[in-house]
Amino acid sequence: MKALRKILDKQKPKFQKGGKLHNLESTFEAFETFLFVPNTVAKTGAHIRDAVDMKRFMFTVIIALVPAFIFGTWNVGYEHYLSYGQHPDFLTNFLYGLGKVLPLVVVSYAVGLGIEFIFAQIRHEEVNEGFLVSGLLIPLIVPPDLPLWQLAIGVAFAVIFGKEVFGGTGMNVFNPALTARAFIFFAYPGNMSGDKVWIADKLDTFSGATPLSKALVNNFSNFPSFHDMFWGYIPGSVGETSTFWILVGAVILLLTGVASWRVMLSMFAGGLFMGLIFNLVGPASNQYMHIAPWDHLIMGGFAFGAVFMATDPVTSAQTTKGKYYYGFLIGLIAVLIRVVNPGYPEGVMLSILLMNAFAPLIDHFVVKSNIKKRLKRAAIAVNK
Amino acid sequence: MSTEKMEKEPLFSAKNIKLLTGPVNLNNPITVQVLGICSALAVTAKMKPAFVMFLAVTVVTGFSNLVISLLRNGIPPRIRIIVQLVVVATLVILVDQILKAFVYDVSKQLSVFVGLIITNCIIMGRLEAFAMGNKPWPAFLDGVGNGLGYGLILLVVAFFRELFGSGTIFGFEIIPHSLYQAGYENNGMMILPPMALITVGVIIWVQRYYNRSLIEEK
Repeated sequence: MKALRKILDKQKPKFQKGGKLHNLESTFEAFETFLFVPNTVAKTGAHIRDAVDMKRFMFTVIIALVPAFIFGTWNVGYEHYLSYGQHPDFLTNFLYGLGKVLPLVVVSYAVGLGIEFIFAQIRHEEVNEGFLVSGLLIPLIVPPDLPLWQLAIGVAFAVIFGKEVFGGTGMNVFNPALTARAFIFFAYPGNMSGDKVWIADKLDTFSGATPLSKALVNNFSNFPSFHDMFWGYIPGSVGETSTFWILVGAVILLLTGVASWRVMLSMFAGGLFMGLIFNLVGPASNQYMHIAPWDHLIMGGFAFGAVFMATDPVTSAQTTKGKYYYGFLIGLIAVLIRVVNPGYPEGVMLSILLMNAFAPLIDHFVVKSNIKKRLKRAAIAVNK
Repeated sequence: MSTEKMEKEPLFSAKNIKLLTGPVNLNNPITVQVLGICSALAVTAKMKPAFVMFLAVTVVTGFSNLVISLLRNGIPPRIRIIVQLVVVATLVILVDQILKAFVYDVSKQLSVFVGLIITNCIIMGRLEAFAMGNKPWPAFLDGVGNGLGYGLILLVVAFFRELFGSGTIFGFEIIPHSLYQAGYENNGMMILPPMALITVGVIIWVQRYYNRSLIEEK
């Protein structure tokens, strides 16, 4: 550690004003604060400070993503060999998956961080931390076989138009990872939807349909069991299949207080609620409306969206009450899109993006109603 | 502006040239005045309809400005909007009929948007702001200039949308087959209207980067 500190201290003057490389000042600053917690002290006013700054905060999310990442990587290999009727050992599956997933991660980080650094350099600002998490989230929500250049374009679009034009991390209206996914989804639908893309290099004769696309066409023969869907032995985007390992990540996020349990809980509640409504009012001919409500929570990206996407502190509602409305509506709309809309088998991405846009409005009304309530209380107190 | 001076002024004086070129950049109807956005998003998926739309709008803005400017002293102020609408609607119907007669397929593609030129904010805006208070010739130039400014943005947006969305320009294949075989695919998002909005946004970004005077003070 000390040696590292020494190297940094020795290089520092070069990057400061007047130094040879002072154009790269924010790049240097980014690496320095990544390695060491900065020792700057607030000079004016009273600030409550925590040892956990933005970089450490973001890193907690990455740790929480690791279980889903490892399982997802293994599952990519597992599904691939399954389509050939083979069942190799854990390591073979994992290594095959790694060969598919690692390039996605590398491209996602290289493109995203590259753009972030360029923008920081141009604006003479510090490099934003936000992409540390987005860069890992994006590979986990795309199919394993997505061409890398398409991923790169999606990431570039999300970072520039989803984030930087609004002013960078903390200013964005939409979740950058989902913006990237939505862009790729609409730009290259052939590689992001259908039955062919969810298993890496599968055998052509093997059906690669996800539970969602099967359910959408009311095909419930050979439907994966609750057990399979909960543990994640189903085709799908890299990191979204295993509800169990996502929940492990959720526990990490909740114990460290990084994510909001209100959003997660209410989103699950919203999904269950809509599922129940379909159970009650759906016509008997439509089997999809009559699946158990909890099945919605373990299919597709629902759990992943609830734990890692909806809880994004920047784009979700900020007020305590607002978080309940926000989460509930995401869950409700996600299931609604899934079951009713024939075009999109998965509705979680679209419903989170939609509610991202409405989050400020929800906050506005929550604050307004609180003001009203307190005014009323004050009026009663005066009248007495 | 005294009348004597105007009469002596040559047809293409510096002032008149400015009427023509101003709307192309610094006073662009789409990127600066933010008028006529709706049709700019709708017709720019391909170059051909965008180009026809550009011609149609330029003709209508130019001649409606001219006609209204000729009539300007005879129009009672309280019913001027109706009079303006009648003039614009007549011109639009003429343009529509000509398109149907000579370029039927493009007229099909543009469908309702030719008719909607009547409600195009640029036209009403120029009639109200310029033609009602200026002589016919400058008014005509102003109308044509705004049509050019509108068309320029339309063509730029359509260029990028058609190139990346369909791989063609004016229907000719630009992106070579070998690239498709190497795994390249057309970007379906570029054909959808949201990308037109984002492309217009990028044009505004670039324009303001080079013309700092356009940036509003905070």
